[in-house]
Parts: sequence; structure tokens; C-alpha cells
Amino acid sequence: MPESAPAPTHEAAHHEPENWVLKYLWSTDHKVIAMQYLVTGVFMALIGGFFAYAFRMQLAFPGAEVPGYGLVSPSDYNALVTNHGTIMIFWVAMPVLVAAFGNFLIPLMVGCDDMVFPKINRLSFQVFFLSAVVLLASFFVEGGAFGGAWTAYPPLSAVGEYSLTPLGSTLWLVAVALEFVAFLLGGINFITTAMNSRAPGMRLYDIPIVVWMIVIASVLFMLSVGPLIAGAIMLFMDQQVGTGFFDPARGGDPILWQHLFWFFGHPEVYVVLLPALGITAEIICIFSRKKLFAYRTILYTVFATGILSFTVWAHHQFIAGIDPRMAHIFTITTLLISVPIAEMCFVYIATLYKGSITLNTPMLWGLAFIFEFLIGGVTGIFLGASGADIYFHDTYFVLAHFHYTFFPIAIIGTYAGITLWFPKMFGKMLNDRLGKIHFWGTIIPFNLIFIPLFFLGGLGQHRRIYDYVHFPELMRENVLFGLGMQDLRVLATVSLLVMLAFQVVFFVNVYLSLKNGPRAGRNPWKATTLEWLTPSPPPHGNFAELPTVYRGAYEYSHPDRQEDYWPQWEPEFGPGAGRG
Amino acid sequence: MAGLHAAAPLRVIRDPRPPPRLPNTVFGTLAFVVTELMFFAGMVSAFSIARAGSVLGWPPPGQPRLPQMETAVNSFALLLSGLLLYIAGRRFARQRRSARAPLFFAIALGLFFVASQGVEWVALIREGLTLTSSQHGGFFYLIVGSHAVHAAAALCVLAMVALRLLRGRLQSSTFTAARIFWYFVVGIWPALYLLVYL
Ligand code: HEM
Ligand SMILES: [Cu+2]
Repeated sequence: MPESAPAPTHEAAHHEPENWVLKYLWSTDHKVIAMQYLVTGVFMALIGGFFAYAFRMQLAFPGAEVPGYGLVSPSDYNALVTNHGTIMIFWVAMPVLVAAFGNFLIPLMVGCDDMVFPKINRLSFQVFFLSAVVLLASFFVEGGAFGGAWTAYPPLSAVGEYSLTPLGSTLWLVAVALEFVAFLLGGINFITTAMNSRAPGMRLYDIPIVVWMIVIASVLFMLSVGPLIAGAIMLFMDQQVGTGFFDPARGGDPILWQHLFWFFGHPEVYVVLLPALGITAEIICIFSRKKLFAYRTILYTVFATGILSFTVWAHHQFIAGIDPRMAHIFTITTLLISVPIAEMCFVYIATLYKGSITLNTPMLWGLAFIFEFLIGGVTGIFLGASGADIYFHDTYFVLAHFHYTFFPIAIIGTYAGITLWFPKMFGKMLNDRLGKIHFWGTIIPFNLIFIPLFFLGGLGQHRRIYDYVHFPELMRENVLFGLGMQDLRVLATVSLLVMLAFQVVFFVNVYLSLKNGPRAGRNPWKATTLEWLTPSPPPHGNFAELPTVYRGAYEYSHPDRQEDYWPQWEPEFGPGAGRG
Repeated sequence: MAGLHAAAPLRVIRDPRPPPRLPNTVFGTLAFVVTELMFFAGMVSAFSIARAGSVLGWPPPGQPRLPQMETAVNSFALLLSGLLLYIAGRRFARQRRSARAPLFFAIALGLFFVASQGVEWVALIREGLTLTSSQHGGFFYLIVGSHAVHAAAALCVLAMVALRLLRGRLQSSTFTAARIFWYFVVGIWPALYLLVYL
């Protein structure tokens, strides 16, 4: 007997549950799950931001009472820094960029009613939520939260007597492991949905680039996370069972953890980067009314980057005692991987070239992403050169480098995505004026925080130090425009305060727009991809009728068209016409 | 799925797409198996590095040798189980009922494998090989234990498949997915045996 499973028929029969709990907390609808991820991610971002506030205050005004926090003790400082990094990467960038946008966009943009495994999708969020609870719980246990940095290098992380947080380290590890499980479940859904559930007519090259990016990011995640899960199990056993995988005192090898961590850690930066690049691509096309320049080249570039990203991990370990000949190899691969990233920037600029550009809020975020990320990428090249990195490693130069990559990704990319799809998510337009105030109030302080840190790093300021007053060589006067090193620290902290304050504007904007904003209609941006065919917000099941796709995703400024754009779902000659 | 909406009339949307080449369950399982492969690859490479770096020889002095012969027999049982499951899959495609016998024997051999692993562990622990006795012990239980957990999980899946087969409710894509998972468990074992036991 042949395959007995019936050909999938989309029955509009599965209806929204009426019950509030079922609808919002136990839903399998991909849009609801996306909102759950988004809300949790934003909440965690506030916590991560608060941590940054507390430890930046300590650095600028050592030993002073921090309003709203109190005294920051050295162990507090370590726990705050560690969990700031962990939260921002694993509980903000991942859930918002990959999970929230992936969940919201993939079914809508490939034209189906939901993810292929809706229950696994719900489970994914539940596990993720549990992981967040476990992480936050680690602050309230005996000994406090883990303070051994987000990279959790052993032996500090492996032995309770060293870290002084025997329980906190384990909770941290368990939280991270649970989080990985959540994204594994999510990733399986994303990949399968995008490959198996596309609307009729949508070929691989008709898939919007942001969907591709999220799918490739999921693939990278799933390929790289296995070894780290293995490492996490080993570290857990070192902590709780007394094995000696990583602890040299028990015959273990601490460098082994670094390899397992960074084999995941470097691809991970592309996991979060790619969705942000995809969001930016959509924005740039829509608001310059241009076809995406070199769609296929972008796709191939991303594949190449994905493969290369598995070959560069040891650039984080140049001074961990690796063989200098190996360091050369990793220098070469690291410099190679900058090429496709640079190419992407050029491709985006080429898309903008001669477009009719609208500088509204989403577009500003999109452009800012390219500009700021470029700085992060360029400074990465200095670090990738092993000779230079011997000096830069573990200084604030590294810190500024990765904040110029992660901030554009996690914060700018998120705001770009939210401002672009807010009308679709909630059916209301965001206020553009407040949006711009928020934009400038974020971008200017962001640069004022991290540019001084580049200089401080260049002057030799080490990372992960509680207080610099006892290092006279790091308290020099008159190092930059008459400012001393401590002045630069104060400048960074004050800029952070300004930036945090401006985030209020965003929340006010969301609140006011939800309340009084003009209705968005189906397609306020005159965009071409399938999500704009649905009502805003899309109902349960998304499409009234399964759409058919007739062309690629970026037909803007089409000469044959009166309205300049040609949506993917519109046939050439009335309904039912084939691909022209 | 019975909850009917009062307002909206039911509309069944005909899906004109051909069914996907790889059914969703199969596709998802394959993606999962790839992750699992990387998980084992991570552990095995960590093990190889530790082993290559050990100056005292392997296994370290005072630690028992692993039961190579017994495990070879055991491995044979596992491989046979994989083969039987393959036969079950072939038969299922032709005549569903005829898949029963090979499926049951495949499960039985799988159970035999896991059980004799357990017996082997008990003996090894008596001889002084524990998680904390040495790097050797740690890695042995980590790698072989992870494999055993996967084998046990896969056997549960196969038991569920067998139950559905008996009730005549087994979908072919479910069966394929379960088979893929078991092939994965069977397929990585020889590599683990060669690396860890020899
Ligand atoms: C053009 C591409 C890039 C190059 C060449 C590059 C190079 C490097 C190098 C060599 C280091 C190690 C520095 C050291 O520890 O001494 C580093 C650190 C780091 N990079 Fe990049 N990077 C690039 C892109 C990115 C991206 C896209 C992200 C994030 C999304 C990122 C995030 C990080 C982070 C988080 C660290 C610090 C990790 C830590 O020690 O805590 N980098 N980068
Ligand atoms: Cu890296």
C-alpha cells in the first residue's frame, strides 16, 4: 500500500480557542507564539539593560551607591556582567530575532496557515520560558548568580570552590542548556516549514530573503550547538558529579571547553546576525523601491559565510596557548570571512543606489544597521589578525568590537523589524515622529558609549575588572581631547543613561499607537511579500485562501506597472493566470 | 478539532501542491538527527583529544580494560536489529502485516543490546571504572551512556510504532521517521565502538 497520509488539505476548521488562557498562553498559533517570544525577549532586555546600568555606574563612580540597585560588590559585579552578556545573547537576540521574527514571518511569508509542527512550536516556547525562569532564579540561591563570564571558562566555572557560586553556576548551565533545546525545537519547525509548506508557485528563489536568513541561521545553530550541548553536559558533571573533564586539578583540559564553546560561539554570532541582515534587506527594498540587488549572490554568499563560520572559532583563543602555526590558519580563515560580510554591505548599498528613498523610522533603523555594523566588522579584522590580537585580546577594544556587532543586531535589528512589521502585527501604524526621536535618542548615545571604549581598550584597559582605581596606568589623564581615562568611563556611562531614558519614548509610542494610531490596512508600505496580503493583524489561519505565488519577492519600480510594485500574489492577467 | 465557529462558514481550502518529497515528520527527524550527529561528534572529538594527550597510556594505569569481545557480540546484535528494521520497512511498503515479525525482533535485539550494556556497566563499576575514577571512566560513561540513552529513547519510539502497527494505525511517514532515528542509533555505534573500546 502506498503512502497513506492524505495529501495535506488546509481546513479552516481549526478555530481559535475562545478561552483567554487557551488563546494566549496555550496557543499553537505561530503569531501568538511569536508574541510570547517577543514579550519575553523585551522583558529580558530590560533586565539585561538594568544590569548594564548597575555595572556601568560602578565603573564610572567606583564604590558609589547605585540608585535603584545599591552598592555593587565585586561578586555582584561579576554576576551582573556575566548575566548581562548571557541574557543579551541567549535571551534577547535569539528569542527576538530568530524565534519571534521567525515564528511571525515564516508562515506568513511563505504563505501557509501555521508551522508544520504547531505543538512542538508551543513546547519550544514553554521550554524557553522555563529556561528564563531558571536563569533568573539563579540570583536568589545560596552564593548568588554565576559570575564566571558568559563564556564560562573552566576551571572557574567547573569548581564551586573557585567560583564561590556552586549552585548559581549549575543553574546558569541548566538554563543555557534548556534554552538550546527550545531553539532546537524551533529550528526544526522553521526549516521544515520553509522547505515543505510554501505556497504553490513559490520556488526556492522566490522566498523572501529574511526567511532564507532565518532558515540558514537555524541550520547553523543546529549544526553548531551539538558539541556545546556535549560540553555543557561535561561541565555539569564536573560541577555536580565530580568528574574531571575540564579541571586540570583532576586531570582535565580547560582548553577543551574553549574549543567546544567557540565551535558553537562563532557560528552563533552569525545565527543572530543573519536574521538582522534579512530584516534590513526587506526594509531597504521597500523604502528605496528597488529590487534587491543580486538576490542569488546574497544567498550564495550567506551559504559560504555559513560554511566558513565553522572554521574560525580559534580566533578567540589566540593567546590561550594554541600553536602559532594554527593561529596563522585561523587568522586566514577569519580574514576570509570578512569578505562575504563586506560584500553584503556593498550589495545593500547597491540596492539603495538610485532608489527613491523614504527616510521613515524603519528605513532609518535599516540604514543605521548597515552603518554601525560596518564598524563592528572592520574592527573585527584587527582582532582576527593574531599578531594584533595578542595586544587587543581581553581589552575593551574587543568589548567595543562586539558591541558594534551585537548592538546593531540585537537592538537596531529588532527595532528595525518591529517598526517595519508593527502595522502587520497589531493593525495600527506607529507614530513616525516619536519613532524618529527614539531612533536618534538611541543611535547617538550608542556611539558615545562605545567609541570611548575603543580608545580605552587601545590604551590597555582590561575587561572584567571591578574597579580601575588601583591601576595607575589605567587612570591616566589627558588621553583623548583633554579627557582622562576615568572621564571616558563617565562619558560612556552617562551616554548609557541617556540611551536607556530614550527607550521610554519607544514604549510610549507603542502604547499611544496601539490606542490612537491610524489603522494600517493590509499593505501600508506597498510591499510585495505575502504577509501583506493578509488582513492586519492576520487572523488565525492567516490566509482566507491559500495564495499562489507568481514571481520573486522584490518587484519594485516595475516599469510595466502603474502602482510601481508587483506583489508576489498578483497574477499577470487576472486570477488564475500562470507564471508569465 | 470539533470546535465550530458560529460565524464563519467552514471552508475547506484545496491544496493544489503535490505532497512534499520528504514528509514533514521525516524532514524534521532528519534535521534532528543531524544535530545529534554533531552532538556525538563533539563528544568523540573531545575524547580523542583527551586520549591523544594522555601521557600515561590508555586506559590509564590501574583502570580496567573494556570488555572488547563481549561488546563485539553485543554490537553484532545491534547491527542485526538495524537490518531487521530495514526489512520491516521494505515489507511495510508491500504488505503491512508482514512487517510485524521483523519489527518485533528488531526491538527485541535492541532491548538485548541495552540490557547487556547495563550488565557490562555493573561489572565495570565493580572493577573500579567510574565516572570520577579517571578521564577514561568519565568519557566512557559519557559517550556510551549518551548512546544508551538514545537507544532507550529510540526503543520507546519503536514500541509506539509497533503498537500502532498492531492497531493498523501506523502512518508510513511516522514509521520512516522512527526508522531513521534507529538507523542513526545503530549507525553511530560502530564508530563509537572502534574509538572508545579499541
Ligand atoms: C567581520 C567579521 C568579524 C571578525 C573578523 C571578528 C573577529 C573577532 C575576533 C578575532 C574576536 C576575538 C577577540 C579576542 O577575544 O581577542 C572577536 C570577538 C568577538 N566577536 Fe567578532 N568578529 C566578526 C564579527 C562578529 C559578529 C558579527 C559578532 C556578533 C554578532 C561578533 C561578536 C563577537 C563577540 C561577542 C566577541 C567577544 C567574545 C568574548 O570574548 O566575550 N563578531 N571577533
Ligand atoms: Cu568569533
